[in-house]
Amino acid sequence: MMDDNKQFKPLKLYFTVEQGDFIRAGEASSKIKKVLSQLGFPGSLIRRVAIAAYEAEMNIVIHSWGGELEAEIGPEHVTIVARDRGPGISDIALAMEEGYSTAPDKVREMGFGAGMGLPNIQNCATEFIIESGEGRGTVLRILIAVKE
Amino acid sequence: MLLRDICDWLQGEVLTGREKMGMEVQGVCASDLMSHVLANAGEKVLLITGLNNLQVVRTAEMSDIEAIIFVQNKRPAPEVLELAEEKHLLTILTPYSMFTTCGILFKNGLRCGLDDGR
Repeated sequence: MMDDNKQFKPLKLYFTVEQGDFIRAGEASSKIKKVLSQLGFPGSLIRRVAIAAYEAEMNIVIHSWGGELEAEIGPEHVTIVARDRGPGISDIALAMEEGYSTAPDKVREMGFGAGMGLPNIQNCATEFIIESGEGRGTVLRILIAVKE
Repeated sequence: MLLRDICDWLQGEVLTGREKMGMEVQGVCASDLMSHVLANAGEKVLLITGLNNLQVVRTAEMSDIEAIIFVQNKRPAPEVLELAEEKHLLTILTPYSMFTTCGILFKNGLRCGLDDGR
Protein backbone atom coordinates (compact mmCIF):
# COMPACT_ATOMS: atom_id res chain seq x y z
CA MET A 1 0.00 0.00 0.00
CA MET A 2 2.67 2.50 1.00
CA ASP A 3 4.32 2.31 -2.42
CA ASP A 4 1.05 2.95 -4.17
CA ASN A 5 -0.43 5.99 -2.45
CA LYS A 6 -2.46 7.14 -5.43
CA GLN A 7 -4.49 3.94 -5.37
CA PHE A 8 -5.29 4.28 -1.68
CA LYS A 9 -8.71 5.64 -0.81
CA PRO A 10 -9.17 7.12 2.68
CA LEU A 11 -10.92 4.74 5.01
CA LYS A 12 -13.20 5.64 7.91
CA LEU A 13 -13.76 3.47 10.98
CA TYR A 14 -16.36 4.27 13.59
CA PHE A 15 -16.90 2.81 17.09
CA THR A 16 -19.18 3.61 20.00
CA VAL A 17 -17.55 3.64 23.44
CA GLU A 18 -19.59 3.12 26.61
CA GLN A 19 -19.07 4.86 29.92
CA GLY A 20 -17.52 2.58 32.55
CA ASP A 21 -17.19 -0.45 30.25
CA PHE A 22 -13.74 -1.66 31.31
CA ILE A 23 -14.30 -5.05 29.68
CA ARG A 24 -14.54 -3.68 26.15
CA ALA A 25 -12.24 -0.70 26.74
CA GLY A 26 -9.49 -0.91 24.15
CA GLU A 27 -11.43 -2.93 21.58
CA ALA A 28 -11.90 0.02 19.23
CA SER A 29 -8.19 0.94 19.38
CA SER A 30 -7.28 -2.70 18.85
CA LYS A 31 -9.38 -2.81 15.68
CA ILE A 32 -7.84 0.42 14.39
CA LYS A 33 -4.37 -1.04 15.05
CA LYS A 34 -5.27 -4.24 13.19
CA VAL A 35 -6.54 -2.36 10.12
CA LEU A 36 -3.36 -0.23 9.99
CA SER A 37 -1.24 -3.41 10.15
CA GLN A 38 -3.26 -5.00 7.36
CA LEU A 39 -2.77 -1.87 5.23
CA GLY A 40 1.01 -2.13 5.70
CA PHE A 41 1.72 1.10 7.59
CA PRO A 42 5.12 1.30 9.35
CA GLY A 43 5.26 -0.12 12.88
CA SER A 44 6.27 3.19 14.51
CA LEU A 45 3.22 4.96 13.03
CA ILE A 46 0.90 2.12 14.06
CA ARG A 47 2.19 2.26 17.60
CA ARG A 48 1.69 6.03 17.88
CA VAL A 49 -1.85 5.78 16.55
CA ALA A 50 -2.68 2.80 18.78
CA ILE A 51 -1.40 4.51 21.94
CA ALA A 52 -3.16 7.82 21.19
CA ALA A 53 -6.42 6.04 20.29
CA TYR A 54 -6.27 3.83 23.38
CA GLU A 55 -5.65 6.74 25.76
CA ALA A 56 -8.54 8.63 24.12
CA GLU A 57 -10.78 5.57 24.34
CA MET A 58 -9.89 5.05 28.01
CA ASN A 59 -10.68 8.72 28.68
CA ILE A 60 -14.19 8.25 27.27
CA VAL A 61 -14.70 5.10 29.40
CA ILE A 62 -13.30 6.70 32.58
CA HIS A 63 -14.40 10.32 32.45
CA SER A 64 -17.39 10.72 30.13
CA TRP A 65 -21.01 9.70 29.83
CA GLY A 66 -20.18 7.73 26.70
CA GLY A 67 -19.07 8.68 23.22
CA GLU A 68 -17.46 7.52 20.04
CA LEU A 69 -14.10 6.98 18.45
CA GLU A 70 -13.50 7.62 14.79
CA ALA A 71 -10.43 6.89 12.69
CA GLU A 72 -9.82 8.30 9.24
CA ILE A 73 -6.96 6.53 7.56
CA GLY A 74 -5.32 8.17 4.57
CA PRO A 75 -1.97 7.76 2.79
CA GLU A 76 -0.50 10.92 4.35
CA HIS A 77 -1.93 10.80 7.85
CA VAL A 78 -4.27 9.07 10.29
CA THR A 79 -6.80 11.17 12.17
CA ILE A 80 -8.45 10.00 15.37
CA VAL A 81 -11.49 11.88 16.63
CA ALA A 82 -12.77 11.05 20.13
CA ARG A 83 -16.11 12.62 20.92
CA ASP A 84 -18.04 12.30 24.18
CA ARG A 85 -21.28 13.59 25.65
CA GLY A 86 -19.85 15.29 28.72
CA PRO A 87 -19.31 16.41 31.44
CA GLY A 88 -16.49 18.31 29.73
CA ILE A 89 -13.16 19.69 30.91
CA SER A 90 -13.36 23.00 32.78
CA ASP A 91 -9.64 23.82 32.61
CA ILE A 92 -7.93 22.31 29.56
CA ALA A 93 -4.47 23.70 30.43
CA LEU A 94 -4.66 22.01 33.84
CA ALA A 95 -5.87 18.72 32.30
CA MET A 96 -2.85 18.78 29.98
CA GLU A 97 -0.44 18.96 32.92
CA GLU A 98 1.29 15.67 33.58
CA GLY A 99 0.12 14.31 36.94
CA TYR A 100 -3.22 16.14 37.09
CA SER A 101 -6.19 13.77 37.14
CA THR A 102 -9.77 13.61 38.38
CA ALA A 103 -10.00 9.82 38.00
CA PRO A 104 -11.52 7.81 40.88
CA ASP A 105 -9.52 5.26 42.92
CA LYS A 106 -11.09 2.32 41.04
CA VAL A 107 -9.48 3.58 37.84
CA ARG A 108 -6.13 4.20 39.52
CA GLU A 109 -6.14 0.61 40.76
CA MET A 110 -6.34 -0.47 37.11
CA GLY A 111 -3.15 1.42 36.26
CA PHE A 112 -4.74 4.54 34.80
CA GLY A 113 -5.81 7.94 36.13
CA ALA A 114 -2.29 9.18 36.79
CA GLY A 115 -2.77 12.30 34.72
CA MET A 116 -0.71 11.04 31.80
CA GLY A 117 -3.39 10.35 29.19
CA LEU A 118 -3.65 13.71 27.46
CA PRO A 119 0.14 14.38 27.59
CA ASN A 120 0.68 10.88 26.14
CA ILE A 121 -1.68 11.69 23.27
CA GLN A 122 0.15 14.97 22.69
CA ASN A 123 3.47 13.12 22.47
CA CYS A 124 2.12 10.70 19.87
CA ALA A 125 0.39 13.35 17.77
CA THR A 126 1.57 15.61 14.98
CA GLU A 127 -1.40 17.90 15.68
CA PHE A 128 -3.67 17.70 18.72
CA ILE A 129 -6.74 19.85 19.39
CA ILE A 130 -9.04 19.67 22.42
CA GLU A 131 -12.47 21.27 22.27
CA SER A 132 -14.30 21.21 25.57
CA GLY A 133 -15.93 23.17 28.34
CA GLU A 134 -17.79 22.48 31.54
CA GLY A 135 -21.27 21.11 30.93
CA ARG A 136 -20.68 20.10 27.33
CA GLY A 137 -18.90 17.23 25.67
CA THR A 138 -15.23 16.94 24.79
CA VAL A 139 -13.81 16.43 21.31
CA LEU A 140 -10.19 15.35 20.79
CA ARG A 141 -8.81 15.68 17.26
CA ILE A 142 -5.55 13.82 16.89
CA LEU A 143 -3.66 13.90 13.62
CA ILE A 144 -0.67 11.64 13.16
CA ALA A 145 1.40 12.14 10.01
CA VAL A 146 2.80 9.06 8.32
CA LYS A 147 6.06 10.90 7.61
CA GLU A 148 7.37 12.77 10.64
CA MET B 1 17.99 -12.49 26.61
CA LEU B 2 15.70 -15.40 25.80
CA LEU B 3 12.25 -15.48 27.36
CA ARG B 4 12.78 -19.19 28.07
CA ASP B 5 15.76 -18.38 30.33
CA ILE B 6 13.88 -15.55 32.01
CA CYS B 7 11.01 -17.93 32.77
CA ASP B 8 13.46 -20.43 34.32
CA TRP B 9 15.17 -17.83 36.52
CA LEU B 10 11.78 -16.69 37.83
CA GLN B 11 10.46 -20.24 38.41
CA GLY B 12 7.69 -19.11 36.11
CA GLU B 13 4.53 -20.86 35.04
CA VAL B 14 3.65 -20.19 31.41
CA LEU B 15 -0.01 -19.18 31.13
CA THR B 16 -0.31 -18.30 27.43
CA GLY B 17 1.81 -17.94 24.31
CA ARG B 18 4.31 -20.73 24.95
CA GLU B 19 5.36 -20.49 21.28
CA LYS B 20 7.11 -17.20 22.10
CA MET B 21 9.53 -18.73 24.63
CA GLY B 22 12.32 -18.64 22.04
CA MET B 23 11.97 -14.86 21.53
CA GLU B 24 14.55 -12.37 22.76
CA VAL B 25 13.91 -9.28 24.83
CA GLN B 26 16.28 -6.33 25.18
CA GLY B 27 14.96 -4.67 28.30
CA VAL B 28 12.43 -4.61 31.08
CA CYS B 29 9.59 -2.29 31.94
CA ALA B 30 8.42 -2.86 35.51
CA SER B 31 5.35 -0.84 36.38
CA ASP B 32 1.83 -0.87 37.76
CA LEU B 33 1.08 2.35 35.94
CA MET B 34 -0.15 1.50 32.47
CA SER B 35 -0.01 5.09 31.19
CA HIS B 36 3.68 5.09 32.09
CA VAL B 37 4.18 1.91 30.07
CA LEU B 38 2.29 3.42 27.12
CA ALA B 39 4.38 6.58 27.31
CA ASN B 40 7.83 5.10 27.74
CA ALA B 41 8.21 1.44 26.80
CA GLY B 42 11.01 0.93 24.32
CA GLU B 43 11.27 -1.82 21.71
CA LYS B 44 11.43 -5.54 22.53
CA VAL B 45 10.68 -5.08 26.20
CA LEU B 46 9.21 -7.38 28.78
CA LEU B 47 6.51 -6.00 31.08
CA ILE B 48 6.62 -6.93 34.78
CA THR B 49 3.54 -5.92 36.71
CA GLY B 50 1.59 -6.45 39.91
CA LEU B 51 -1.69 -5.81 38.10
CA ASN B 52 -3.58 -8.62 36.41
CA ASN B 53 -6.55 -7.01 34.65
CA LEU B 54 -7.63 -6.75 31.01
CA GLN B 55 -6.02 -3.34 30.60
CA VAL B 56 -2.56 -4.83 31.21
CA VAL B 57 -3.06 -7.01 28.13
CA ARG B 58 -4.47 -4.06 26.14
CA THR B 59 -1.51 -1.90 27.17
CA ALA B 60 0.95 -4.59 26.07
CA GLU B 61 -0.89 -4.90 22.76
CA MET B 62 -0.79 -1.14 22.03
CA SER B 63 2.87 -0.86 23.08
CA ASP B 64 4.01 -3.87 20.99
CA ILE B 65 5.09 -5.70 24.14
CA GLU B 66 5.20 -9.45 23.51
CA ALA B 67 5.56 -10.80 27.05
CA ILE B 68 4.15 -10.06 30.50
CA ILE B 69 5.31 -11.35 33.91
CA PHE B 70 2.65 -11.32 36.62
CA VAL B 71 4.39 -11.16 40.01
CA GLN B 72 3.51 -12.73 43.35
CA ASN B 73 1.38 -15.43 41.81
CA LYS B 74 -1.31 -12.90 40.89
CA ARG B 75 -3.03 -15.19 38.44
CA PRO B 76 -5.22 -13.26 35.97
CA ALA B 77 -8.88 -14.18 35.50
CA PRO B 78 -9.77 -16.52 32.59
CA GLU B 79 -11.08 -13.64 30.42
CA VAL B 80 -7.72 -11.86 30.78
CA LEU B 81 -5.86 -14.97 29.67
CA GLU B 82 -8.28 -15.49 26.78
CA LEU B 83 -7.48 -11.99 25.51
CA ALA B 84 -3.74 -12.62 25.97
CA GLU B 85 -4.07 -15.85 23.98
CA GLU B 86 -5.99 -14.05 21.24
CA LYS B 87 -3.24 -11.40 21.01
CA HIS B 88 -0.51 -14.09 20.97
CA LEU B 89 1.11 -12.72 24.12
CA LEU B 90 3.43 -14.77 26.29
CA THR B 91 2.24 -14.48 29.89
CA ILE B 92 4.16 -15.91 32.83
CA LEU B 93 3.26 -16.19 36.50
CA THR B 94 6.09 -15.94 39.04
CA PRO B 95 5.94 -16.44 42.81
CA TYR B 96 8.50 -13.65 43.34
CA SER B 97 7.64 -10.09 44.33
CA MET B 98 8.18 -7.18 41.94
CA PHE B 99 11.41 -6.24 43.74
CA THR B 100 12.85 -9.76 43.71
CA THR B 101 11.77 -10.35 40.10
CA CYS B 102 13.59 -7.20 39.01
CA GLY B 103 16.60 -8.13 41.12
CA ILE B 104 16.89 -11.58 39.57
CA LEU B 105 16.65 -10.19 36.04
CA PHE B 106 19.11 -7.36 36.77
CA LYS B 107 21.60 -9.85 38.21
CA ASN B 108 21.30 -11.84 35.00
CA GLY B 109 22.12 -8.84 32.84
CA LEU B 110 18.75 -7.36 31.87
CA ARG B 111 18.38 -3.59 32.04
CA CYS B 112 15.69 -0.94 31.98
CA GLY B 113 13.64 -0.98 28.79
CA LEU B 114 12.08 2.44 29.15
CA ASP B 115 12.95 5.05 26.55
CA ASP B 116 13.98 7.42 29.35
CA GLY B 117 15.54 4.65 31.45
CA ARG B 118 19.05 4.91 32.75
